[in-house]
Order: sequence, then C-alpha cells, then structure tokens
Amino acid sequence: MTLLWILLLPLLGSLVPVLTARWSRSACALATAIPPSVALMLLLYHSSTILDGGSIRFFLSWIPLLGLDITIILDGLAFMFGLLILGIGLLIILYARYYLSERDSMPRFYAYLMLFMTAMLGIVLSGNLLQLWLFWELTSISSFLLISFWWHKAEARRGARMALTVTGAGGLALLAAFLLIGQVVGSYDLQQVLASAELIQQHAWYPVILVLFLLGCFTKSAQFPFHFWLPNAMAAPTPVSAYLHSATMVKAGIFLLARFYPALSGTDLWFVLVSVTGLATLLLGAYLALFKHDLKGLLAYSTISHLGLITLLFGMGTDLAAVAGLFHIINHATFKASLFMAAGIIDHETGSRDMRKLNGLWQFMPITATLAMVAAAAMAGVPLLNGFLSKEMFFAETLHQHLLGSLSWVVPVLATVAAVFSVAYSMRFIHDVFFNGQPKGLTKTPHEPPRYMRVPVEVLVALCILVGLFPGYLIGDLLQAASAAVLPGDVPSYSLAIWHGFNLPLFMSALALVGGIVIYVNRKHLFDFQNTLPDVDALNSFERSVKRFAERCGRLYQWLDSGSLQRYMTLTLLSFVILAGLPLTDLVTLWGGREELPIDAVNATGAVMLLIAAFATVLWHRKRVVALLMISVVGLMVSIAFTRFSAPDLALTQLSVEVVTIILLMLALFFLPHKTPKQSESSRVVRDLSIASMVGVIIGSLSYALMTRPFNTISDYFIANAKIGGGGTNVVNVILVDFRGFDTMGEIAVLGIASLGIFKLLTRIPLFKPSSDGEGRPWALERHSLLLSTVSQSLLPLAIMVSIYIFFRGHNLPGGGFIAGLVTAVAIILQYIAQGVDWVKARMNVEYQRVVAVGLMIALLTGVASWLFNRPFLTSWFDYFDIPFLGKIELASAMAFDLGVYVTVVGSTLLILASLGKMTTAHRPVHKETI
Amino acid sequence: METLFACCVGFLSACGIFLMLRGRTFPVMLGLTMLSYAVNLFIFASGRLTLRGAAVLGTSEQYADPLPQALVLTAIVIGFAMTAFLVILAIRARADLGNDHVDGKLPDADAVKKESR
Repeated sequence: MTLLWILLLPLLGSLVPVLTARWSRSACALATAIPPSVALMLLLYHSSTILDGGSIRFFLSWIPLLGLDITIILDGLAFMFGLLILGIGLLIILYARYYLSERDSMPRFYAYLMLFMTAMLGIVLSGNLLQLWLFWELTSISSFLLISFWWHKAEARRGARMALTVTGAGGLALLAAFLLIGQVVGSYDLQQVLASAELIQQHAWYPVILVLFLLGCFTKSAQFPFHFWLPNAMAAPTPVSAYLHSATMVKAGIFLLARFYPALSGTDLWFVLVSVTGLATLLLGAYLALFKHDLKGLLAYSTISHLGLITLLFGMGTDLAAVAGLFHIINHATFKASLFMAAGIIDHETGSRDMRKLNGLWQFMPITATLAMVAAAAMAGVPLLNGFLSKEMFFAETLHQHLLGSLSWVVPVLATVAAVFSVAYSMRFIHDVFFNGQPKGLTKTPHEPPRYMRVPVEVLVALCILVGLFPGYLIGDLLQAASAAVLPGDVPSYSLAIWHGFNLPLFMSALALVGGIVIYVNRKHLFDFQNTLPDVDALNSFERSVKRFAERCGRLYQWLDSGSLQRYMTLTLLSFVILAGLPLTDLVTLWGGREELPIDAVNATGAVMLLIAAFATVLWHRKRVVALLMISVVGLMVSIAFTRFSAPDLALTQLSVEVVTIILLMLALFFLPHKTPKQSESSRVVRDLSIASMVGVIIGSLSYALMTRPFNTISDYFIANAKIGGGGTNVVNVILVDFRGFDTMGEIAVLGIASLGIFKLLTRIPLFKPSSDGEGRPWALERHSLLLSTVSQSLLPLAIMVSIYIFFRGHNLPGGGFIAGLVTAVAIILQYIAQGVDWVKARMNVEYQRVVAVGLMIALLTGVASWLFNRPFLTSWFDYFDIPFLGKIELASAMAFDLGVYVTVVGSTLLILASLGKMTTAHRPVHKETI
Repeated sequence: METLFACCVGFLSACGIFLMLRGRTFPVMLGLTMLSYAVNLFIFASGRLTLRGAAVLGTSEQYADPLPQALVLTAIVIGFAMTAFLVILAIRARADLGNDHVDGKLPDADAVKKESR
C-alpha cells in the first residue's frame, strides 16, 4: 500500500500549489515540497529490502479480462530512478522558487511539475504495460505544459508543440509495440513479459515489435534522428530543462531500454539498431554541442550525446556494459542537472545565455563559477569526479565489444573522438563563460544568486565529487540492486575503484583530455568550417513539414468528406467488398456439406417472380409509381417465402408491414417529384452496377455458405422451455415477449422514438402541394370513393376482431402483439383513406403520441411489476384459470407485455401515417409541378 | 433450394444497393426497402431453411429455428420505422431545400438548367 502512496502523493501534490497559491511564495514552495518529501521517505523506507536485492509488488485488479490491472513494482531499477526523480525534483522545487519571477505564475508551474513527477514515477513503478504506457503519454503531455510555460513566447509554443509531436508519435509506436507484446505473451503483466524473452524473440513479430518499441524509446530520449526536438525544448524555463531534459523525461526512453533489456535484448537486431543509433547520437551530439553559442543549447546537445552514450552501452549487449549504462544514468543526472541550474543562475543574474557575450564571470560570481566548473569537469570526464568513472567503464566496454566484426576497432576510436569533443565543449563552457576577457553588452551587472538558489547546485556538485571519490561506499549497493533488476542472470563482478592501473581506457581518457584542449584552443578553424555549412533550422523545417502534412491530411479529408452521400456509400461498399470478400477467397468450397432441399414448383415460381419484380423495380426506378408497384410485388414474394419456410409469424408481419410501407411510399410520392430526372452518366451507372453486383455476389455467397453448413443452435433451449417456462407453444412469440423481452422492450422504444421523430419533423414543414400528378393531370376533385368508404366501414369491426383474435392466439399460435397491432393500424388507415382525415377525426380524436406513450408504459410497468415479487425486471408469470362459459384459459404476464407492444405498434404506425396523411388535406395545391 | 434462395438474397441486395447509389431520394428509399428485404431474408436463413416445421410446439416433429425468426420479426417492424423516418426526412428535405437530391443540392451540371418547383 505504501507503494501506491508513492505514486498518489505527488499526484495529490499537484493540487497543493493551487490550493496554497495565496500564501507567500516560500510557503507555497514549502507546501509543494511536502508530498514529494513524504514520498521520498516512503521510498527510502523500503531501501533495505531493495538494496538486499528484493522487490515489492502492489497489485489491484481492475479489468482482468482486458489485462488492465494496477500493478506497482519497486525493484532496484525503479528504486534508482525513483530516487533520481524525487530527489532532483525536490531540488528543482527549491530552485524554481528563486528562478521564477514575480510575474510568472508559480502555483501553475508547480502544479505542472508535480503532475510530471507523478507521470515519471508512474513509468518507473508500473508493473503493467498498458499502465506504463498511460504514464508515458502523461509525461509527454505534462512536459508539453512545462515547455510551453512561457506561452507568450512563440518559441516556447513551437518548441513545446514539436516535443509533443515527436514524443507523442513515439508513444503511439510504443503502444503498438506493447499491444503486440501483449498478443505474443498473452499478458500485459511486466514480470510475465520479462520472463518470456524466448517467446518474444522467437516470434515472427519480433522485428516489428522491436522497431516500434525502439521508436518509442528513441523519440523520448532524443536519439538521432529524433534528437532535434530537445534543443528546441530549451525554450522552457531552466528548472524544467534541468529536471526534464537532464534527469528524468529524456531518461524515460533509456529507462525503458533498461526495463525491457531482459526481454528484448540479446539479438543481432537489437545490437545493430541500438548501438548504431547510440553511436551516431553520441558523435553528433558531442560535435554539435561545441558550436552552440547558447549555454542551454550547448547543454542540450551535450545531453543528446550522453544519452547516445548510454544507449550505446545498452546496445552492446554485455552485462558489464549495462551496468556501466546504469551508472552513467546516475552520474549524468547529477552533473547535468547542476549544470543546467548553473546556466539558469547565469541567465538569471546576467540576463543572457549567449556565450559570445558572457565572458569573465569568475570575478562576479566565484562560487557559482566554481560549482559549474566542477560539474563541467565531471561532464568532461576529469578524474576524481563521477563522470570519469562511468566514462572509464564505457571505454573499457568499447574495447571488449565485437559489434562490427573485424571493424569493431572503429567503436573505441569513435568513442574517443566523441570524448575529445566532450572535453572541448566542457572547456568552452568553463573558459568562455568564466574567463576569456570581460562580458560584452550585458544589460545587468552580474552578481551571485540568492543564497538558497545555489543550494541545489551545491548538493548535486557535492554528489559528483563524493561519488567520484568514494564510488563503492556511496552507490555500490544501489548500482548492484539496479543491475540485478536489469540483468537476466547474475550481476558480473566489477570494481568501482578510481584507479585500475595503467591501461587502455585510462590512455583513452588522457587522450580525450589532451585532444579536447587542443581542439578548444584551435576552435576558430573549426568554427569557420562549421559556418560554411548550410544552416539547418530544425524548428522551421519541422513546422513546415507539419504544415505540409496537415495540408495533405486536409486534402485527403476533403476528398473523403466531399458532402456527397453517393461517394460515402461507394467508399463504404468498396471497403465492405474488400473486407467481406477477402475471407471468402480463403474458403475452399462454398458448399458446406449440408444437403439442399428440393425445389418445388411453387417455390421456383415465387423466386422467379421475386427476381423479375426486383429487376423491374431497378429498370423502371425513374418511373416512380411503376417502381413502387413492382417493389410491392417483391415484398409480397418475401412474405410468401416466409410462409413456405416455416415462419408464419414472419409472413404475417411482413404482409401487414408491406401494406403500411406501400401506403407510406404512395403518400411520399404525393410530395416528391413523380419522376426521377435522368442524371447519372453511363460511366456512373456502370460503376454502380459493378459495385452493386459485387456486393450482391458476396452476400449471396455468404448466404449460401451459411445455409449449407451444419450448425448448432441455442434455440433448443427456447423450444424446450417455451411451454414449461413461458407458458406458450408459439416459440417465436414466447421468445419475443418472454425470453428476450428486454430486447423487445428496446425495440418498441425505438419504434416509438422513430414515430415521435417523424411527428416532430412534420411540424411546421413548409410543404408545397402539387396540383397535378407527374403527367400533368390535375388531381381528382371528388372527395372519396363511395364504394371504398362503404366497404371500409363494415370492414373496420371485422378487422379489429381479427386483430384481437390474432393478439390472443399469439402466445400459442402464429400471431401476437406486433401483428395484431399492424392489422389494427391498417384497418384504421383504411378509414383515413376511404373517408378522409376530417371524418376520422370527428369520430376518433386520439392523439397518437399519447397512444405510443401508453403502450410503452404498459410494457414498462409489466416489467417493473415483477420487482414487486422480488424477481428481476420482466420476469414472466402464467397460470391457468377456469372461467365460466369460456373454459380453461391461460393468463400470463407476458400478455400484458404483449399488449404494450400492440398499443405501441398501433400508435406508432398511425402517428407516422396519419401525420403525413394530414398534410395532404390541409389546403389544395397552388404551385404547378413540372418534374 | 438453398442455391435459389441465396441467388434471390444476392440479387435483392444488388438491386437494393444499386438503387441506394442513385442520386434522388425516392430510389434511395426503394433501395433501402429492398435491402431490408434482403437482410431480413439473410438473417432468417442463418437459421437454415426448413419446410413444414413452424416453431409452434406440437405441430411438427422438426422445428425451424425460432430465434432468427424472432429477430427478423422485430427487424421488419423496425425496418418500417426506419424507412418511414427516411421518407419523412426526404419530404422535409425537399420542402426545405427545394430539391430531392440526396446531398440536398443539385450537382453542378444540373444547377445550370434551373429546376422549377
């Protein structure tokens, strides 16, 4: 549980500065520092367990089916990073208190900082891949907020955008890698994944996984060729750079390399990708750092170079190299954070970061200068400082690797070259800034910073020296524990001594120091050479390419979203053809082994009529009335098909729906043009025909393949229980009102909503009323046909009786609420047609929306009623009663539900048709129709 | 029989799709109706074809699968509601926009010869 608090405290801590914003600045900073301090104490509380090589795990199951659990693991590696994150974070809080001016919103800064701290801790403590990824993205977002803290500066906004784009894109690649790993391993649990190295590496997806994974790591850790975002992120306030861009965020990628080292490393692909990237980044960063005039720019490129060094170490694949990599992570965090803070102090007290202006600051700020010089010496790898130790280990490892076969000797040479440049830029940092004449054109007179602003730098520099002098005592155990967490086997023996005797690594260090000084002294020539190279502005070219990308996306979007329904349909159908057609090609035979039924004459005739009518509908679709007649034949044939194939309920439903549909479409024709103008060009007709036939072929084949395959149905349960459980013999009806009553409830609700929507659509519609039909014949003036009105009147009671009969027998024989409702509706519609709206209204003035509501309420209350008997919603009940004169009768609660269905169907259908029908009678036409 | 049934389903869907790809609302309605027939038949057929086996207990020895039938029954009714909604939408669109093209505006070539209402 304490583990969870380590994570929760900084998260809650992000609220603290907001709540204490009204206090004095120091009080606010102090309050903000409390949660991470407690978290640090909690972390140290576990130190004995961790340093003894143990690990602690916290597990909270959330959605186990999806592999989503909250898992926190504290092992050596997480402990080491946790110390860095919380320790340096606390120093940053102190430093930022003095760095930020009165005009900056300090609470906002602290809130972002704490959010970032939570995200970083989340990454290192996560024991679940998806959880880890969530925090990974959170670092991208919170770092975006931090980099753009001075959002009034365009540079800060652009830098933040760039950092977010690059690291965010990398995060997506990482997510893909994690999902693939989850597929391969079958779990997102970190420990299981780490234990499945063989499984992952043998898998065919391994190269893809590795590349995606490394994309995530390299973008975050600013590895070549994704390094360009880091220098541009220097637009952030310096505490942010000191924290994010030296100790934490950019180390997240490295952390991930270390974390997944047991699972993913050890293959040739890993060696090549990781070590070559690391080597390239190391060289490029070291070389470019020398030419930066901006203090923070120099440090940024130096950071890139050092990150490359660590990456190279992890790429080498030997155990000792990994240990050296971990060691350098600690060392780099300490000296680089202090250097950034020193740069911030200089910026703060002189008003400039330009090394062409900053000279001779030694005389103004001797203490800061001393601290910065020590840290820079550690960066250069001067003996007796921590940077020297890990660099020695690095040199030793470059000598022992065999990455490039017979060309492996190139690696130590290039490493020495990089070290030479590293010394050179460190020299420049020291000599240009603190010596080398007098400051030029500064707006302020430089002076020492406030006392406490220097404290964080002092602490870190002291660490540099102490670790440099007594490595074994200070961090021997920590390094041992972290290495044990990273390495799959035992930790190899290594010695953290300062003196290893006269050997090749020492010679390389000496060479680097001498070479660096030589290069620094002769830097004029190099600078001249560098100036002749074309200047590449990463920020502008990045923005340009982003803009171009956005434009292309816009064009694609416009192409896709052209506002043409026909195009959407075409695209959707084409993708259907591809998605549904491809699996069909995998099928060996379409025929699935089931014997076909024989074709009899009736079925064959019906099918032929259906085909002809469908074809005629298409052929004459521009003559709308004819097409309507044809499609009604199709509907009729469909209902006959249902009768033939043992679905009497469906046939009845289809038949009655057919009637209302055709009435509806005829009404629609009154308001719509009667002919479709010829519009489609032949090419479009051909295109549509081919799409339609492809879809038709696929659906037909699917249907055939489905029908001829043997199958297991779950319906046996329904058939077995319809009578004993539901009290009815018509299984279809029992399913509707009982077994799956909840579905039916939803469906009648949809029906009701649709009819209400239609009612609403028809209110205040600016209808125009045609005066003549399509051929220009005026509409007949006589009101209603005498024959029809006489017949319809006598038909009404009959129809109602039939529908009641159908309703009641529904539970046991074909029928039921749906069909009865439709029959009733048709009978009433017939009255509208035969007698007119006014006539019906005078006799039956019902608001159909109320009928719909009543129907839904009946169904709903039937369901709710079962709660009264302590049963779940819609539990049905039935029993048999002996009623005089009627005999034995079954009564079931499902019948009440069916009544609700009946009423809703009647109401909805009438609401739809009567609302539309009313429109035709209000006033007779004014306009003349030509089309 | 299954072959013939599958042919009918395929042909109906092809006709429905072709009509739905037309540019005016009325053919689209017809197409949608036709496609509903096809889809209903398709779902119905997933319970396989059975002759003389209505799922009414005690009427035959082998019953047709009642589950797809129940699904299709509600699908038919909801399909009607959907068609009706589309019809009213088309009427409303024509009333508000002055034409019956599915995009609410006539294609450019047509806009030249002005459509009188």
